[in-house]
Amino acid sequence: MLRDLDFRLAAGGFYFLTGPSGAGKTSLLKLLYLAQRPTRGSISLFGEELGEAPREALPHYRRRIGVVFQDFRLVRHLSAFDNVALPLRIAGQDEAEVESSVREMLAWVGLADRASARPPTLSGGEQQRVAIARAVIARPELLVADEPTGNVDAEMAGRILHLLTALNRLGTTIIIATHDVSLIAATPGAQIIRLDHGAMVDPTGALKNPPSPAGSARADA
Amino acid sequence: MLDWLAASPAERRLLPGGRLQGPTPYVIAIMMFVMVVIAAAGLALANAAGVVAQGVESRFSVQIADGAAKAPLALRALAGAPGVAAVRPVPESEMRQTLERWLGPAGAEADLPLPALIDVDLKPGASPQAVAARVEKAVPGARFVAHEVMLAPMLRAIRSLTWLSFALVLLIAAATAAAVVLAARGALDTNRSTIEVMHGIGATDDQVAGLFQRKIALDSLTGGLAGAAAAGVVLLLVAGGRAVWVEDFAGGPLLEIGDVLLLAALPLIGTIVATLVARQAVLRALRSSL
Repeated sequence: MLRDLDFRLAAGGFYFLTGPSGAGKTSLLKLLYLAQRPTRGSISLFGEELGEAPREALPHYRRRIGVVFQDFRLVRHLSAFDNVALPLRIAGQDEAEVESSVREMLAWVGLADRASARPPTLSGGEQQRVAIARAVIARPELLVADEPTGNVDAEMAGRILHLLTALNRLGTTIIIATHDVSLIAATPGAQIIRLDHGAMVDPTGALKNPPSPAGSARADA
Repeated sequence: MLDWLAASPAERRLLPGGRLQGPTPYVIAIMMFVMVVIAAAGLALANAAGVVAQGVESRFSVQIADGAAKAPLALRALAGAPGVAAVRPVPESEMRQTLERWLGPAGAEADLPLPALIDVDLKPGASPQAVAARVEKAVPGARFVAHEVMLAPMLRAIRSLTWLSFALVLLIAAATAAAVVLAARGALDTNRSTIEVMHGIGATDDQVAGLFQRKIALDSLTGGLAGAAAAGVVLLLVAGGRAVWVEDFAGGPLLEIGDVLLLAALPLIGTIVATLVARQAVLRALRSSL
């Protein structure tokens, strides 16, 4: 349950969402990746009010958002390649471009030789990397990640953070829900949104000098 | 227009399980078999009723109860009557032959009194009442009977059976549509997690529905063609053997070329209906989610 949230995310910002388990981090992320509507209030993304937008309008916005789910949500019967290719194919990209983009991305997350493996045959860390590759392959404008380094070792966590930072430099707004303090410490420019019991804790202190607004949320859910 | 049917290999991989997996194509094959056979029977009955009705439309009989002695009077009256196309006295041997079929050898015995019967064909537009009055005047007590009236109960029965068969075809079509809806919902439930992922990364309802409608269309087409082919074989066997007497009775072929084309089109019509029904079922189910 979220309540009395009122904040703006800047285009191109890098945010960590922290707080104890049950604080509402995943609920807030769901609002941000348009998997849920707020029961009260409003949510605005890409300059559009989407809290009550017709559902036919949502796919267009969802294509601009990359999501790394906590439970990965890979399609079990598809190969790693097909899972990563899914956003590009849904967006109608040419198959030749899909092929090269996906090969490149799988190589980047260290899974070039596991392209034809299906999720049940991949380790937790490999599945997480496939999920991250799928989230970033379409160069989203907003990337929402729920514990993206929860199942990988420190070295891979560093590579993933490096990938997300690079994506952020290209203009993607990034918001990561995490308990991993080392991840936050390794990203000095990032801002922190701290939630507790569904509300922001010290919002003015946490979001110091927010940049110019791009996305905003004022919601109860 | 039909490009949605040609899925890319990647799209085909999205829904696990190839064609002919699951009961849908087999259910549709059985339904289509029954539908084609019943539709063929209905069309044949409709044709038979039409031929019989047309054949007796202008045919009448003069019945003279007390024997053949007065028959020449009636024949003379009919010969000069306006609107009469043909007159044929029914030979006594023919009547006795008919009676023998019903009564056994007793029907052929010469001491069984028979009425005189004269078959009369009228020209189109002729007045049966005028002809009947002329016969009655020549032979008082003679009956002028329309074959149409005699065969009316049988024609009514045939027409009822025709409508019954068409109603059955509609019922089977409705049952098939219900089976398709169940199959589509089952496929949706089975692939719920895939659909959620697709929606989450921006797939439209049309894109998701397209996957299911393609699968249902191919299952329906495969099942429908198999069922219709099996029905065609059965109908050919029936038409080549035991149904010949029906053709004799009807006075023409049971199925016209148009009927055969209509029956052949049933799998295609079925596929279109099944695809639309599946699409609507999937879209309705998808609309219940965000």
